Amino acid sequence: MAKVVAVTGNEAVANALRQIDPDVCAAYPITPQTDMMQRFSSFVSDGKVGTEMILVESEHSAMSACIGASAAGGRVVTATCGPGLALMWEMLFVASGLRLPIVMPVVNRSLSAPLNIHGDHSDAMGARDSGWIQLWSENAQEAHDNTIQAFRIAEDMEIRLPVMVCLDGFIISHSIERIEYLEDNEVKNFVGEYKTLNPLLDLEHPVSYGPLILPDYYMEYRRAHAEIMSKVPDVVLDVAKEFEKLSGRKYGLFETYRLDDAEIGIVILNSAAGTSKDVIDEFRDRGIKVGLLKPRLFRPFPYEEIGDSLRHLKALCVLDRADAFGGSYGPLFIDIASSLYSFKKKPVLINKIYGLGGRDYLPEHAELALNELVEIAKTGKVKVIKEYIGVRE
Amino acid sequence: MPEPIRLKELAKKEDLLTSGHRMCSGCGTPVIVKMVFLASEYPIVACSSTGCLEVSTCISDYSAWKIPWIHSAFENAAATIAGVESMYQSLKRKGKIDKEIKFVTFCGDGGTYDIGLQSLSGAMERGHDMLYICYDNGAYMNTGIQRSSATPFGADTTTRPAGSVVPGKTEQRKNLTKIMAAHDIPYVAQASPSHYQDLMKKVRKALSIKGPKFLNVLSACNRGWRSSTDDAILLSRLGVETCYWPLYEVEKGVTTVNFIPREKKPLVEFLKPQGRFKHLFKPENDWALKKFQEMVDKEWNDLLRISAADKTADTTPEEQ
Repeated sequence: MAKVVAVTGNEAVANALRQIDPDVCAAYPITPQTDMMQRFSSFVSDGKVGTEMILVESEHSAMSACIGASAAGGRVVTATCGPGLALMWEMLFVASGLRLPIVMPVVNRSLSAPLNIHGDHSDAMGARDSGWIQLWSENAQEAHDNTIQAFRIAEDMEIRLPVMVCLDGFIISHSIERIEYLEDNEVKNFVGEYKTLNPLLDLEHPVSYGPLILPDYYMEYRRAHAEIMSKVPDVVLDVAKEFEKLSGRKYGLFETYRLDDAEIGIVILNSAAGTSKDVIDEFRDRGIKVGLLKPRLFRPFPYEEIGDSLRHLKALCVLDRADAFGGSYGPLFIDIASSLYSFKKKPVLINKIYGLGGRDYLPEHAELALNELVEIAKTGKVKVIKEYIGVRE
Repeated sequence: MPEPIRLKELAKKEDLLTSGHRMCSGCGTPVIVKMVFLASEYPIVACSSTGCLEVSTCISDYSAWKIPWIHSAFENAAATIAGVESMYQSLKRKGKIDKEIKFVTFCGDGGTYDIGLQSLSGAMERGHDMLYICYDNGAYMNTGIQRSSATPFGADTTTRPAGSVVPGKTEQRKNLTKIMAAHDIPYVAQASPSHYQDLMKKVRKALSIKGPKFLNVLSACNRGWRSSTDDAILLSRLGVETCYWPLYEVEKGVTTVNFIPREKKPLVEFLKPQGRFKHLFKPENDWALKKFQEMVDKEWNDLLRISAADKTADTTPEEQ
């Protein structure tokens, strides 16, 4: 039976972790993740979980300890954000390269300098090519549900890869929302017993983790990793189907909103999608055929499926909450453009950079993008492909 | 209490680091690893930081380790093994594992004194049940003899070469063993493979103690020290007998010097056979030789003073 509560995103995720009761958690405090791990630590102190908590001296050590713990043979979790994820960067590749099913909520935060603790997607975008699976979440409910599903995806015997669950710093981590919780035993049964694979603690079958591999074989390992990544979408969908049976909530590789018959559309990640949907409703009320696509599985990116869902549009705006410096477009734009490249008939694309360092994404920003798309659909003319919005000139 | 070391019995034990690994001939490190394995009365799960030992013992698809072993990166062996140990504690508490296992790291001085110091300090403070062993060869030997904070004063390295203006390293090496003792962990010691009984006794004692332990072992490197390939043990012995590398332990805060040479040899006897100190013997660098001897004398005298004070404190208990 579902229980309806009013909690923050951090609290919802911490509660999911309590229900999952991982064997080891290694974490380092960093705003806005801090409150999630504080709550989880209280569960440890009060004996509500049997987790061995390692209060490490840095995020680099948090990921290193997770790697050791996961290789040892058990369920492992950590959480971080922004600069913490940046400090882990080296170890992210080790975790995925060793095929360790670690789950890590990432409370998206901007990167320094200048120092800013608020939400944007620069952190997770910097880690998008690290070989981790990335699930993105619009609200606290999705962050909660993605966290539970993440363990099943990571620990799937065909996959065995680490998963990041991304949720927007402060906007979701610290806002109170209506959440449906599952019962403890429902979550426990859904996640199931942890299955070990080549555990380091098996003395009868000693294994060596983390060898040196020279040019003669390194490339085969990387290709094997790429091949495993290609199997992830099917597993994500299978797990989502099972989760829907349990919760009644439907998840896919991405969400489409009024997109099927739309002529123009926007693509946007995480919390800003909610604001955008409201504006889309207003435009629809005025008879303008607009729709939205919100990626959920960002890595591996479902290029074919997303391209297929967007190809019929006349004009499309990709909104990025991170920039790729150096004259390039935003990271989400690049992937969307790639997903459409192979089609002869495809929408005209524009790119808006918004909401950096926690700058509010307002309905007027969505309106601005949509009005511009209406013009482009009419004239076929683009004034500027990429620009910052909601920024002082 | 651990059993005393009996060579006859140790000779019967299986080698847990097989031959055929690719460490340089004449390297001190595999000798140390084998001594550690021989001394242990428990099964070991080991971790290495990136370095000579790691790259030479596990080149896919071969591994010289007959025990479970993990390497994850350079600066984080302490954090990695802390993760392994924490999973062990978690599974043991839940009754999913019942064997007594010991957790040991083997890391070079670069991965310990320098880039790994933070994660080492963190793991020691958190009290993981582990033994961190540093094999100190005094430079980044794996990448080609670059200066580390363990590099001794005056030594020629590829990043601080002895030139016409700079006489090799101009700074004193970091006293890491002292830093580790300052963590007030249950056991800290310094050992050398030349004094194998002492080394193995220390390993056995360390593994019998719960909590974090640190062992610093002098490891001769003929490539970096510019010495002959058959001199590893001889040079280790000279390191001890000149008091360049004192053998001592700090157990529950009490310092004991385990070897006091009957006649303390002059430091030059340790320096002379090593090409990395060759330039110090030029007349213009005489001052450097003197300075180096003074540094060693000061560290040795400090150590004797501390151990003497601890001994006095030990013999004047409250009941007197």
